Amino acid sequence: MEYVNIFIKSVFVDNMIFAFFLGMCSYLAVSKTVKTSLGLGVAVTFVLCVTVPVNWIINRYLLAPGALAWLSPKLADVDLTFLSLIVFIATIAAIVQIVEMVVERYSPSLYNSLGIFLPLIAVNCAVMGGSLFMQERNYSNLGEVFAFALGSGGGWLLAITAIAALREKLRYSHIPPALKGVGITFIITGLMGLAFMGFMGIDL
Amino acid sequence: MKNRQLIVMPWRDNNPVTVQVLGICSCLAVTAQLKPAVVMAASVTVVTALANLIISLMRNSIPPRIRIIVQLVVVSTLVVIVDQVLRAYFYDVSKQLSVFVGLIITNCIVMGRLEAFAMHNPPVPALCDGIGNGIGYSIVLVIVGTTRELLGSGCLWGVPVVEHTGLYNIGYEDNGLMLMPPMALIVVGLLIWAQRSKNKKLQES
Repeated sequence: MEYVNIFIKSVFVDNMIFAFFLGMCSYLAVSKTVKTSLGLGVAVTFVLCVTVPVNWIINRYLLAPGALAWLSPKLADVDLTFLSLIVFIATIAAIVQIVEMVVERYSPSLYNSLGIFLPLIAVNCAVMGGSLFMQERNYSNLGEVFAFALGSGGGWLLAITAIAALREKLRYSHIPPALKGVGITFIITGLMGLAFMGFMGIDL
Repeated sequence: MKNRQLIVMPWRDNNPVTVQVLGICSCLAVTAQLKPAVVMAASVTVVTALANLIISLMRNSIPPRIRIIVQLVVVSTLVVIVDQVLRAYFYDVSKQLSVFVGLIITNCIVMGRLEAFAMHNPPVPALCDGIGNGIGYSIVLVIVGTTRELLGSGCLWGVPVVEHTGLYNIGYEDNGLMLMPPMALIVVGLLIWAQRSKNKKLQES
């Protein structure tokens, strides 16, 4: 039950786009059609579900204060937290590279639909943000971390698909020329964010 | 002359946030108050300038296939330094910025300038380009931060300024909504609208 709560909370209440603006750059650049945004959304969710648990394990057993105690009691007061930024981004870049190679080898059709997005994801703030929030929120076991990663990815997927659907329809509306493109996308995202604020304060 | 142009161009007509639409995440998330916005702006400017300089010095020895990893390592080292400095001297602001200092690593402005400029240009122009883009980003952050803090809580830099004007006595109220995340998007949207109606060349067809 607790896992379902974390999942729903990270999809709606702590939505990556509407509450934290993470992954905005690719959100704005790739949301022109529903098909490509769905592809990117799935890729981001997938990479989050792999990288966040891996980074949690690294954080729990290598970086957090006292984490090295399992090696020998002498190391119990070592705190390597200051290394976490560099370790997290290295893990993410490496995993994205591996995922790309595995997908290319075993599922060429999936690679053709996701392939172009995978290199972009290494520098997507939503992925890095996922790992950093995981560290900040102190999840206690791997199940919770996985639920959080799946929920954050799902929320991002939901947001980018919704805005892409809206932008497809926007082509037929009369927008002031100066507001076309990026401007109106910002304002619509803001309005969607206001709607999502309705979920705030729901205590699960 | 050329270096001066590199610094000045990104302030308005080639602004990284409103024109190139890069580095939006942090620009929106830290601007509920002016103080964290200014600290964030300064950190990003330092990181962009130094990363541009370092990558430009190394540009002839970086193998093209692994350049992204090399860039990430340089940028994340700089960000770790900035993060530690902020924790040491501005602890409260650093707590407020939470994960967004770490997210400078994946800030598209930094990576974008490295890819587009520092990889093909000598160190001095690269440094100027980094400073220029950092300042362009800072300008937007300061505008948005000022608007949101002033309208949202009636303060500037934590100092209650609206109180002294006597507006509250005639029925003025702070709009708490301005402090909420969605309003940041709308403020930036309006800023882009204002800039593009003044400069027709930037409009999208």
